[in-house]
Amino acid sequence: MDDLRKTILDYVRREYLEEDDERPLTETTRLISGGIVDSFSMVSLKRFLERKYDLKIPDADASPEAFDTVESIAALVERLSAVRA
Amino acid sequence: METVAVPAVASFRDVYRAELDAIRAGGLYKEERFIHAPQGAEIEVVFPAGAPPRKVLNLCANNYLGLSSHPRVVAAAHAGLDRRGYGMSSVRFICGTQDIHRELERRLTEFLGAEDTILFSSCLDANAGVFEALFGEKDVLIADRLVHASIVDGMRFCKAMTDTYKHADLGHLEEKLLEHADKRFRVVITDGVFSMDGDLAPLDRIVALAEKHGALTFVDDSHATGFIGKTGRGTPEHFGVHGRIDLLTTTFGKALGGASGGCVSGRRELVEMARQRARPYLFSNTLASVIVSGTLEVLDLISETTERRDRLEENARFWRKGLVEAGFDVKPGESPIVPVMLYDARLAQELARDLFAEGVYVVGFFFPVVAKGQARIRTQLSAAHTREQLERALAAFVKVGRKHDVLGKTKAEMLARCGL
Repeated sequence: MDDLRKTILDYVRREYLEEDDERPLTETTRLISGGIVDSFSMVSLKRFLERKYDLKIPDADASPEAFDTVESIAALVERLSAVRA
Repeated sequence: METVAVPAVASFRDVYRAELDAIRAGGLYKEERFIHAPQGAEIEVVFPAGAPPRKVLNLCANNYLGLSSHPRVVAAAHAGLDRRGYGMSSVRFICGTQDIHRELERRLTEFLGAEDTILFSSCLDANAGVFEALFGEKDVLIADRLVHASIVDGMRFCKAMTDTYKHADLGHLEEKLLEHADKRFRVVITDGVFSMDGDLAPLDRIVALAEKHGALTFVDDSHATGFIGKTGRGTPEHFGVHGRIDLLTTTFGKALGGASGGCVSGRRELVEMARQRARPYLFSNTLASVIVSGTLEVLDLISETTERRDRLEENARFWRKGLVEAGFDVKPGESPIVPVMLYDARLAQELARDLFAEGVYVVGFFFPVVAKGQARIRTQLSAAHTREQLERALAAFVKVGRKHDVLGKTKAEMLARCGL
């Protein structure tokens, strides 16, 4: 797993799971449709990514689908970073 | 004549029948039972439909103080009906405000240690309307992750940024307060007593943290007003922060007579602005006079003596201890909400069904009311329960618990038995 995916995965685990939460979490685990992250709580993930990677994620891109797995979030970050570069 | 092709469309009946069948197949269908009596510790229930009515002990009402059918409350409601009529046929600001509406607002303000109060048709309406009326794009609403569904709905209506913190996790809350330091207003949002788990929010520490960061505090005290705290003034009284909550919502539909209605109490300017802008207040009928009259009498009753809330506390202690000693998996807490954890929806429903057969009325709670894998039977105590009734209910729980082999079992053991 690359650094980007690991960073996102670590953040999701720390921010959204309780210490005693035994649910397995991988790059393809469904976060929103799987009930781990709700739409209210998504804002902190978006803000974290914007700060960490010096990005502005447009609201249209911050959809529940785009934020549903670590893999899709990483793809979004990579796309927005490429556009900026 | 030219024929027009009619596009094939799905039948709404087929679509919803299939969805309803799926809900039934998943063991998630909620059945209503018909009660042929006033609300009380013991009620007459017809279930299934067509069966003869039978008397059962009620352990699932929000009738915490046993005032839902209290003779003084009923008499006051009758008197209110005679003096102020049945309906007002108006919202408050057109021609729907009677003297007694303002009197109830004044009494609640005093009781809750606030500066002003505004009445709503329900606490759900209060929660649905208050955020959108007061906060906007420059603000952030930071809610405990287990707040009531009506708060979630109210936050959705509001244009403010939304964020959440882990349940009762003050360290996480402080992180959020710091993260959103650029916002005009940061509003910390919590239930006073969490309805599904029965635990109390640590309000002393929440208020201290909010004050330290210059944030506002919002508390929904629906499962506390009237009985939590030494004189029943709710979780702020229990934690010694009475009068320091900026916005507090509560209901008259639980301990305070149990009919319906709710309010927002808090800082004068916030309440005044809610009166100008809260949509459920502006576009929905005034609270019925009969409920206003009954609620005023409830406030008299609970201000005269703490006997009922004291008995409720004692009943809750007895019940919780009995369940734990019998080997049930009970969520820890100190409120009269005592959840018996069963984790699996079907298991919760089967126990509830068997308990009904034993003369105890309780209901299984499962997704979407609680998270998946967190199914439970939520028992609720009342000051109206006698010790003899609770002993009888406890015996029924033990009998049914043995039948389903859940006594002394862990979560993993219960789920394994359900093939999960």
